[in-house]
Amino acid sequence: MKKLFVFCLTIAMLFSLGSIAGAKTLKLGLDAGPVSQDPQVQLSGGMLQYSHWVFDPLVRYAQDMHFEPRLAERWERLDDLTMRFYLRKGVKFHSGNPFTAKDVKFTFDRFYKSPDFKGLFTPFKGCYIVDDHTVDIKTHKPYALLINMATYIFPLDSKFYTGVDATGQPKDAVVKIGPSFALKNESGTGPYRVTHWEQGAKYIFERFADYWDKNSPGNVDKIILTPIKEDATRVAALLSGDVDFITPVPPQDFKRIQKDKKVKLVTFPGGRIITVQLNQKRRSEFANVKVRQAIVHAINNEGIAKKIMKGTATPAAQQSPKGYMGHNENLVPRYDLRQAKKLMKEAGFENGFECTMIAPNNRYVNDEKIAEAVVSMLAKIKIKVNLKTMPKAQYWDEFDAQVADIQMIGWHSDTEDSGNFTEFLGMCPNKETGYGQYNSGNYCNPKIDELTLAAQSETDLKKRTAILKEIEKILYDEAAFVPFHWQNHSYAGKNNVNIRPIVNTMNFPYLGDLVIK
Amino acid sequence: MFAFILRRIIQAIFVMLVISLVGFSIQHQIGDPVRDLVGERVTPAEREVIRDQLGLNDPFYIQYFRFIKNACKGDLGLSFFYKKPALEVIVSKAPATIELVIVTAIILILVSIPSGIYAAIYPKSWFSRLVMAASTIGVAIPVFLTAIALIYLFGVELNWLPSYGRGETVNIWGWESGFFTWDGLKHLVLPSISLSSIMLPLFIRLVRAEMMEVLETEYIKFAWAKGLHRQRVWFIHAFKNTLLPVITVFGVQLGILFAFTILTETVFQWQGMGFMFLEAVERSDTSLLVAYLVVVGVIFVVVNTIVDIVYGYVNPMVRIVGTK
Repeated sequence: MKKLFVFCLTIAMLFSLGSIAGAKTLKLGLDAGPVSQDPQVQLSGGMLQYSHWVFDPLVRYAQDMHFEPRLAERWERLDDLTMRFYLRKGVKFHSGNPFTAKDVKFTFDRFYKSPDFKGLFTPFKGCYIVDDHTVDIKTHKPYALLINMATYIFPLDSKFYTGVDATGQPKDAVVKIGPSFALKNESGTGPYRVTHWEQGAKYIFERFADYWDKNSPGNVDKIILTPIKEDATRVAALLSGDVDFITPVPPQDFKRIQKDKKVKLVTFPGGRIITVQLNQKRRSEFANVKVRQAIVHAINNEGIAKKIMKGTATPAAQQSPKGYMGHNENLVPRYDLRQAKKLMKEAGFENGFECTMIAPNNRYVNDEKIAEAVVSMLAKIKIKVNLKTMPKAQYWDEFDAQVADIQMIGWHSDTEDSGNFTEFLGMCPNKETGYGQYNSGNYCNPKIDELTLAAQSETDLKKRTAILKEIEKILYDEAAFVPFHWQNHSYAGKNNVNIRPIVNTMNFPYLGDLVIK
Repeated sequence: MFAFILRRIIQAIFVMLVISLVGFSIQHQIGDPVRDLVGERVTPAEREVIRDQLGLNDPFYIQYFRFIKNACKGDLGLSFFYKKPALEVIVSKAPATIELVIVTAIILILVSIPSGIYAAIYPKSWFSRLVMAASTIGVAIPVFLTAIALIYLFGVELNWLPSYGRGETVNIWGWESGFFTWDGLKHLVLPSISLSSIMLPLFIRLVRAEMMEVLETEYIKFAWAKGLHRQRVWFIHAFKNTLLPVITVFGVQLGILFAFTILTETVFQWQGMGFMFLEAVERSDTSLLVAYLVVVGVIFVVVNTIVDIVYGYVNPMVRIVGTK
């Protein structure tokens, strides 16, 4: 009887909790949730989204891609190798500790313990404390992207993460698998604190009362994040009113959402380029620039963007999307079947040939359908493609082993800069330097390597822009790869959720600034 | 009895070994778990280091023996995604699945028995014909289609019921239950109807066929001849004997029901073991996969053993070999 009483009381309490008036709650439905509370354990889109909610970077990208001061109020270049950051004063961590230069250095040094981040930070020499609210960040060589990399620095509370936990493990350990202090605890400076964490099932974030950014328009007190992996279920959850905000929205449901008056759809151009690479090492035909040109001319990527992507992609002819330094306005899609046939004839492959292709079927939006379209488009210039698609869990090993002549890959620049595309996809594959790591086409042009490396250390922005544009031009003329489109990000929410101002090219919705009417 | 249980335990151990071996040999086909743990930019050399740390580069037999050795101590390994012992993850997900199966079983019993009996007694009535036709269609429709159709009808169009998840749960002695909140019960409706839709046609037809057969037997004819009330004939005399084969089939099908939770839970984002399993496949969380297979194996063996024992009590004609 006593137990029953306690039980009834619990229920009564639960009901009363839900009815506190005035508090604005956002029910969020994403396709996946963050994998850890430690922002430095994994470099992935999902973890960076989380980092922007619970932590704050030194600087961040605004919607128009300019750098917005966050924990760094301003910054200046002292010399070719050094950038000085002036840190915001009066900022508090969730633990109550004040934010100082020590925390920036602590966070910076911790990157080198993380397998995911240490590669990105190899151009750096270190972080040096000048005074309590000033740090210098130095690179080994002049590095044009220093400020871009500051968007990755989400200061951790050094006091909070120092010492050992109950199991005797250091609190700052970066642990990929198995328990760690940072996995289950956080102390950042961000707009939200983690109050409930059920990995992969349910996450609750509550507004941090002492958040420094009093100018933020954000008025959401509580975020309940539920990962909903099935596309149809996620859309149904929004339409039925069970969640307020979803992303991504599957293209086949765009019309359904636009028709419904209670919800709205928001899309934003993204920076991820979808391509296929033509392996010249496996196929001598692909070493012939005419054949590569013919293939690029045979692919109707504008048609793919319209029909398969339902307009939720921007057709591409180069790697860099609009707004990036290297984006070259003169390069446009060039679908022309007659020209393609002519090129095949000139190359001496009038009767075509047969080759193989692989693509993932759950990595990019409609990846499998795009691959199927490629097969039928290339059939028109008598190239018979044997396509195999597979889930991403198996795909990347096959990709690395270069098991097929044509392989699909999408790429989003880590630095939001054009150079990153070429470093990974366009440069000659080199095991020692790591350049060209994902260049399974084995396209190799010393001129491209030279220009890309020059762009890295060129700090004069005008010169740098010229170099990056030239790279795009060469890759276009030589048909180094086959571009399809840049995927758009898609969001949908109830009408009172003001999505538009908080989304951006990186797909990091800044929920701290979200307004619910 | 003791010898019987002992033999069952030995059988169970053998089954476990086979299952874990099968699980271990397929896990390498599923994909590389390290890929899911790191960003796409991480170099192959860094990935190798992590693989070494996890012991994934050791020869197959060494990995397998290590697994068996730890399993004997009750340690089925760490889940790569949850970063917790796999067994702990499975146990925390079990209540959701068990509650779903319980509600489904109740729906099965409450619907299949009355309608089966009705269809047997009045085979020519329009209602019986309707039930039979519907059950034929029911068998043919895959469960995820039923589920999505239900979500769109009751969740989106009519807005009567929630479309996903478990809703509010109450923690009772470590068991996260959705039975005790109105919200939790509402969330149970659609998933359990979807899940029961797979088995319902089978059970209606089974009850009907058994009942019809019993109604033709001599002792029922004799009961009629004695002039017993028809309700007594149907529900006391005939129904009792209909039930026996239904119980047997129910015991076997309960296991299959657990298997079908994988699809149902995925569509409804139901945080149970089935959903966890499918996610683990996608993330190549291989250690969790193997642990799941082993645990499900244990459940099957235990359930079958209990069914065998209970059956012996219900029907004394069936004697368990080994009992004296």
